[in-house]
Amino acid sequence: MSGSQQARSTSTPFALGGMSGYLLKGGRVVDPSSGVDAVGDLLIADRVIAEIGDSIDPGSIEVIDVSGLVVAPGLVDMHTHVREPGREDEETIASAARAAAAGGYTAICTMPNTDPVADTASVVEKVWALGREAGLVQVVPAGALSKGLVGESMADIGEMARSVARVRLFTDDGKGVQSALFARRAMEYLIAFDGIYAEHCEDESLALGGQMHEGERSIALGMRGIPAEAEELMAARDVALSRLTGCRLHLLHISTAGTVELVRRAKSEGVPVTCEATPHHFTLTDEALEGYDPNAKVNPPLRSEDHRDAVIAGLADGTIDAIATDHAPHAIEEKDIEFQYAPPGLVGLETSLALTLTELFHKGHLSLSDAIERLSCAPARILGLPDHGTLAVGGPANVVVFDPDASWEVDPHLFHSLSRNTPFGGRKVTGRVVHTFFNGNPTTRDSELVGVSV
Amino acid sequence: MFKHLLSMDQLSADDITRVLDTAESLRQVTDRPIKKLPTLRGRTVCNLFYEASTRTRISFELAAKRLSADVINFSADSKSSVAKGESFKDTAWTLEAMGVDAIVVRHGSSGAPLQLSRWVKASVLNAGDGWHEHPTQALLDIFSIREHFKDLSGLNVAIAGDVLHSRVARSNVKGLVTMGANVVLVGPPTLIPIQARSWGAEISYDLDSVIEDVDVCYLLRVQKERATEQLFPSNREYAANWGLDSRRVAKMKPDALVMHPGPMNRGVEISADVSELPRSIVLDQVSNGLAIRMSLLYLMLGGAEEGDVS
Ligand SMILES: [Zn+2]
Ligand SMILES: [Zn+2]
Repeated sequence: MSGSQQARSTSTPFALGGMSGYLLKGGRVVDPSSGVDAVGDLLIADRVIAEIGDSIDPGSIEVIDVSGLVVAPGLVDMHTHVREPGREDEETIASAARAAAAGGYTAICTMPNTDPVADTASVVEKVWALGREAGLVQVVPAGALSKGLVGESMADIGEMARSVARVRLFTDDGKGVQSALFARRAMEYLIAFDGIYAEHCEDESLALGGQMHEGERSIALGMRGIPAEAEELMAARDVALSRLTGCRLHLLHISTAGTVELVRRAKSEGVPVTCEATPHHFTLTDEALEGYDPNAKVNPPLRSEDHRDAVIAGLADGTIDAIATDHAPHAIEEKDIEFQYAPPGLVGLETSLALTLTELFHKGHLSLSDAIERLSCAPARILGLPDHGTLAVGGPANVVVFDPDASWEVDPHLFHSLSRNTPFGGRKVTGRVVHTFFNGNPTTRDSELVGVSV
Repeated sequence: MFKHLLSMDQLSADDITRVLDTAESLRQVTDRPIKKLPTLRGRTVCNLFYEASTRTRISFELAAKRLSADVINFSADSKSSVAKGESFKDTAWTLEAMGVDAIVVRHGSSGAPLQLSRWVKASVLNAGDGWHEHPTQALLDIFSIREHFKDLSGLNVAIAGDVLHSRVARSNVKGLVTMGANVVLVGPPTLIPIQARSWGAEISYDLDSVIEDVDVCYLLRVQKERATEQLFPSNREYAANWGLDSRRVAKMKPDALVMHPGPMNRGVEISADVSELPRSIVLDQVSNGLAIRMSLLYLMLGGAEEGDVS
């Protein structure tokens, strides 16, 4: 075994055919999609998961000792902002793919608020193609609902859905759709293409000019607040319209107790709604704003403790289907300024697994299996990605191996993302990505990015 | 004493008393024929103003000069850092490289003085940030109240008007509560955040029910645009409910004080029918403001262990 481990430095990650592969030996294999949770071996051969068993004979294949580690389906981020096209200094598709691979991801869904906006087939096809070129994760472009994200006229929904990018999730994220009529029409139209209407829930008339969550802290800090109701009103409207139209609804980055309760009730009534929450919303509260740190400025804003606790409860009972990063890169000069002028958003691809394990698993809110369900299986299911979120034998090997107990300190300078805007710098976390395999090829080995093709 | 002055939160009753006592002593200096003290000779104070306020800037400038400091004035448009030109942080570093000892900063973005204090070694004095705080205004107001009543504890102070958007209100509530006064915030519910109760203030929407008991009625400036933002129907209706008019003045205690940070909006927070100023209206007292700012520079930069000035 040690001999084959030495061989790894000469192994070719993208070797084609033959006996290429890896035997992940002695890990805890957790696959919520099939209910598997047992110590054993997982064999990757010819890019697919060839076998899962108690003790597999490696033959001539390289053996990787993963004892003490967790072997799980590669993570799937439903909500990644890349800045290509438009702001390639902040994040390219290739750099986002590197950050994702380092963070344990094998697929990311890119938001359409680029410049130009991904509201036509040509833009989503370009994003899709650049993703293929980067090669480290599957890049799944989301499309805009409205042209230019203005919320007035429909984007080329059908053309994007029928393009090679096969867009399934449509959203004006960055803003909420303000017109109930537009939202209704878009939902109706999406049904023809099995599309998902995804909403950034924010009533602009209530939220306008808001800098942070409205509450005791915003009043004390002298900042215009964004009330929880700005999110909840639009979420309630969309749930009603989803019930009316039958269109699948996905609520992005939900952050308030009221929204969690609304989704819980809607699901019990059979409304086709799913939702996600971000690591920053279940980890931090608006207390993080007390030093006016622009890196803690995000939209929806970090809420008060009661809302944060409700989000955790929603993740624990499954009301919240997915954990998504809302990875939003910004250049240093855009964030290192007065709080009021800084744009909202923070990067999350390289900290999400660690924060989920630290804040939810180790604190007893989520089992390991449920954590993987929220980070991988549910997002893959919602996005309709059969090759992800599962360790099904015979399927492409999209796998993450992580150490749930490894402690480390977040150092933004080590990020593979081109941006550094995070409020988690210096934070001690527990749980670390060790290996990531995308389509059977290692993209991360021993917590180091490999096979970078740029 | 303290390195920076960013918020009234950081000052204890003893701290406030010391600032006020020092101001008292320093004011006597300004009555002398030679109005200068050598305390800050060789030190440099920069007035960094991202919002225009000639009154406050001149007050700080004069205070620094009376203590023999060198003064640099730097004004910029609040939005310049996002549009073009030098960023806030670059400016901070430039001032740092020039070796300034104190930066007096006025900024439209709440928290900008705190951010600045993390970037420079100089002392930072908050001369007003966004809706957040304006501690030197509060200290001079408290100084004026103490002059009139000698002791603040147990005084009933009503702060009437646009509390929501007011940095003056935030700093005054905190300082007055620290000094033992009973503070009630009065105005329409759209302008009085209920969370202000956590500062230790009461809330009332009815000026008439509190006017008879107040020792100090502090009128905040109500910008005329607020009516167009649907915070109340009209300036006329605001004045009828929460403005100080002659009828309300007549109900006040004979020794009660009316204060206003200026400039006043006649016909809004103070009615046009108050033809002459009530018996003891206190506008921004120029000499008190100067004394308070001298006191702060003296205590923060002078390295004085004792507040005695001779
Ligand atoms: Zn969003
Ligand atoms: Zn987003």
